[in-house]
Amino acid sequence: MTPLLTVEGLTKAYPGVVANDHVSFDVMPGEVHALLGENGAGKSTLVKMIYGLVKPDSGRMTLRGAPFEPAEPRAARAEGVAMVFQHFSLFEALNVAENVALGMEAPPPQHQLAARIREVSETYGLPLDPGRIVGDLSAGERQRVEIIRCLLQDPKLLIMDEPTSVLTPQEVGILFETLRKLAAEGTAILYISHKLEEIRALCDAATILRLGKVVDSCDPREKSAAELAEMMVGAKLRRPERAKRALGEVVVELDGLSLPPASPFGTPLRDISFRVRAGEVLGIGGVAGNGQDELLAALSGEAQTRPEAIRLHGAPIGHLDPNPRRRIAVLAAPEERLGHAAAPDMSLTENALLTAAIRQGLAVNGFLKWPAARAFAEKIIETFDVRTPGAGNAARALSGGNLQKFVIGREVLQRPELLVVNQPTWGVDAAAAAAIRQALLDLAASGAAVIVISQDLDELLEISDRFAALNEGRLTAPRPADGLTLEEIGLMMGGAHDMEVAHVDG
Amino acid sequence: MDLSAINPVLLVASLMVAATPILLAAIGELVVEKSGVLNLGVEGMMITGAVCGFVVAVETGSPALGFVCAALGGAALALLFGLLTQYLMSNQVATGLGLTLFGLGLSALIGQSYVGIKAPATPRLEIPLLSDLPVLGRIVFSHDLMVYLSLALVAGVWMLLKYSRAGLILRAVGENHEAAHALGYKVIRIRLTAIAFGGACAGLGGAYLSLVRVPQWTEGMTAGAGWIALAIVVFASWRAWRVLLGAYLFGGITVLQLNLQAAGAAIPVEVLSMSPYLITILVLVVMSAGRARAALNAPASLGRVFHASN
Repeated sequence: MTPLLTVEGLTKAYPGVVANDHVSFDVMPGEVHALLGENGAGKSTLVKMIYGLVKPDSGRMTLRGAPFEPAEPRAARAEGVAMVFQHFSLFEALNVAENVALGMEAPPPQHQLAARIREVSETYGLPLDPGRIVGDLSAGERQRVEIIRCLLQDPKLLIMDEPTSVLTPQEVGILFETLRKLAAEGTAILYISHKLEEIRALCDAATILRLGKVVDSCDPREKSAAELAEMMVGAKLRRPERAKRALGEVVVELDGLSLPPASPFGTPLRDISFRVRAGEVLGIGGVAGNGQDELLAALSGEAQTRPEAIRLHGAPIGHLDPNPRRRIAVLAAPEERLGHAAAPDMSLTENALLTAAIRQGLAVNGFLKWPAARAFAEKIIETFDVRTPGAGNAARALSGGNLQKFVIGREVLQRPELLVVNQPTWGVDAAAAAAIRQALLDLAASGAAVIVISQDLDELLEISDRFAALNEGRLTAPRPADGLTLEEIGLMMGGAHDMEVAHVDG
Repeated sequence: MDLSAINPVLLVASLMVAATPILLAAIGELVVEKSGVLNLGVEGMMITGAVCGFVVAVETGSPALGFVCAALGGAALALLFGLLTQYLMSNQVATGLGLTLFGLGLSALIGQSYVGIKAPATPRLEIPLLSDLPVLGRIVFSHDLMVYLSLALVAGVWMLLKYSRAGLILRAVGENHEAAHALGYKVIRIRLTAIAFGGACAGLGGAYLSLVRVPQWTEGMTAGAGWIALAIVVFASWRAWRVLLGAYLFGGITVLQLNLQAAGAAIPVEVLSMSPYLITILVLVVMSAGRARAALNAPASLGRVFHASN
C-alpha cells in the first residue's frame, strides 16, 4: 500500500531555535498516526507546515504520490487535509453554522448547511444545533463544531492537535469512537498528544519527536506508557514523592460561595463549600470553562464575595482584596502565565515585587527596596532552578516551563498558609512539571493548605489528598483521591453531558 | 416664541440633510470596527474629505468630481492609518487621535486660499411626478443624490454583514483575528480594505458638509461631527439600522434647535446648541443599556494589535 502522506527531511528554523530538523515519516490511509513529544518538541510547527500555515525552509511532502506544497490552508483543504486546532479556532459571537461556513471553501447557503450539519452530526454521534451561538457551548460541544467543520469537507487526512485536553474521560471515549469510525472509512488521522495512555488506546503508529528531531517510531500498542515516556523525554522520570503527613486544623473553609460571572461567556459559581486542612492538598478537576478561573479569582481576592463565604482560621475574608489577603498569607498563582500571573515585559525582579512586596517587605513607605527585591528574585531562580540569564530578564523571554517555575516559586517562597494554583503545569515540559508538583507537595508537608485546580487528572491523582470536580460552577463533594478511578472522576466531572445518549443511539 | 414659524415638512427635509454627513461617517466606521479596528481618526478623515471635495469642486466646477476626490482623500488618510496600525503595529487609539489632529492641520493648510468662496451647487434630484407629491414629495423625493446614496449604503452594509460571505468573513476577523488567520483568511488585507472603505465614507461625509450643507469652506468646519459618528457606532451596538436612527436623531435635533433659536425660544442658546449631542447620546445609551447581551455585538478583537506569529 502506498502512503497517503510522506514527509521527507522537513526543516523549519526560527531565530534561535530549530523547530523541525529533517523530520521524515509516512502516514498510511486509514491509519491513526500519533505524533508524540513534549511541549516545544516541534509537533505543532510540523502540522502547521502540513496544513499550509507555515512554510518549511527545506524538505518535501507528497500526498497520494503527488508533490504537496500547500501555500496556505485553503490549498491544503482543497487537497483533503483538515485540522482541528489545539486552541479552538472558533468565533464565540457567531453561531455554529456560521463558524462551520468560515472553515469551508464553498459553503452552501445557510439553511442547506444547517441541514448538512445536523445530518453529519447525527451520523457520527455528535449532536449539535446549528443555530446556537458558540460562546454558549461547552468545551466538548465546541470541539464538535471543529470536528464537524472538518468532516463536512470529506477529509482524507485529519489532523488533531491535542484534542482531548478539554474533554471529560467519557467525552474522550466518544471522540475515540468517532475517530475509529473515520479511520475505518479510510481517513487517515494524525493525532498529536503527550497523553500516553490515549495514544496507546487509539493509535496504530507513533512518531516520537524530541527537540525538533524524530528520535524514534513504534507501534504504541506494543509499548508501555513508561517506555513511551522515556522515548519522549529521553530520560527516566522521577515521580514526586509524597511524605506521609498528619493533617492539621482547618485552614480555609468555603461556605456556600456564589459569584456571578464577570464576562458574558463566563461561568457563575454556585454554592461552593469545602474545607482544607493544614498539610492537605485539595485537587479540583473539571473541564475548562466550568468555573476554574472564577474560583481562583474568588479565593485570591480578585473577585470579592460576602465576607462569611470564605473563612481563614474562622475569620471571614471573602470581602478582602488580593493585597490584604496576601498580608494574611493567602496566595494564588493563576493559570495564564503571561499577562495574569506575570507582566510579560517587566523583569523578573519587578514581577517578584508585584506579588511579594507585602510579605517580603520589599517596599517601605511606598518606596521600593530594589536590592532586596533582586535578592528575592534571585532566590526564586536558584531554589526553583529557573533557567534564565538573570533576574533582569523580561518575563516574556522565559520558556513556559521556566516562567511557571518562577511564578509558583514566587508564591511558595512567601510561606503561604493557603496557596491556590490553577493549571500549575499547563504547557510545561515533564521535568519542570515534576519539579513544580514536588514543590507543591513539599509546601503542604510544611503545613500549608494547598488547592490545586487543574485539568490534568493524572496530576491531580498524583498530588492531591482529596479530589473534587467543578461542573458548571458547582463543586462536587470532595472525595479521598486514593483509589478513585478515572470513570468515577468522569462522572464527578459531569459525565459526557448530552453526548452519552447519542453514543448509545449511534 | 413663535412655534408656527417652524414648518414641519421643511424640518424633516432638512434633518435628512443635516444627518447625512454623520450617517456616512458612522456607517463607514461601523464597517471598520466590525473588522476589529478602532479608528478614532474619523474627524480628521472627514475634514480632509471636506477640503478635498471643496477644492476639486471649485477648481473643476463639478460637485460630482468633488465627491469622488473627497472619498479618495479620506481613503488615502485612512490607509496611512492602516499602514501605521496594521504593518507597523502602532497603537490604534494613539494613531487615530494623531490622525484627527493631522487631518485638521492638513485641511487648514490645503484650504487656506479657499475660505469665503462659494461651492458650485449640487443639483437636487427632481423626479417627475414623485417630487411634486404634496408633503411626501418634498420630504422624500427632492434631495440630492448623496442623501439617497447614504441610505443605500446603510442598507448595503446591513445586507453585507447579515447575508453575505464577505460580511461573515469581516465579522470573523473582527471577532477573533487569530482564529481567522488560522483558517487562512488574510486578516491584514481584509482590515485594510475595511479601513479604506471607512475613510472613503468619512471623506464623503465631510464633502457633504462643505459642498451641500454649509456650502463653504471654513477651518475646522466638521466641529466634532466625526466624534459624534464614533459615539453613534458604539451606542448603536454596531447595528446598521440603529446607526441610521442615531444619525437622524442627531440631525433632527440639530435642525430643531436651530429652528427654536430662530423662533426665539426662551432657552439659552448654549443649551440648545449642546442639546443634539446630549439627547442623541442619552437616547442611544438608554437603548443599549439594560441588555447585557448587547455588548456581545461588540467585535471581540476591537482595537487589538494583530501579529501573525507562526
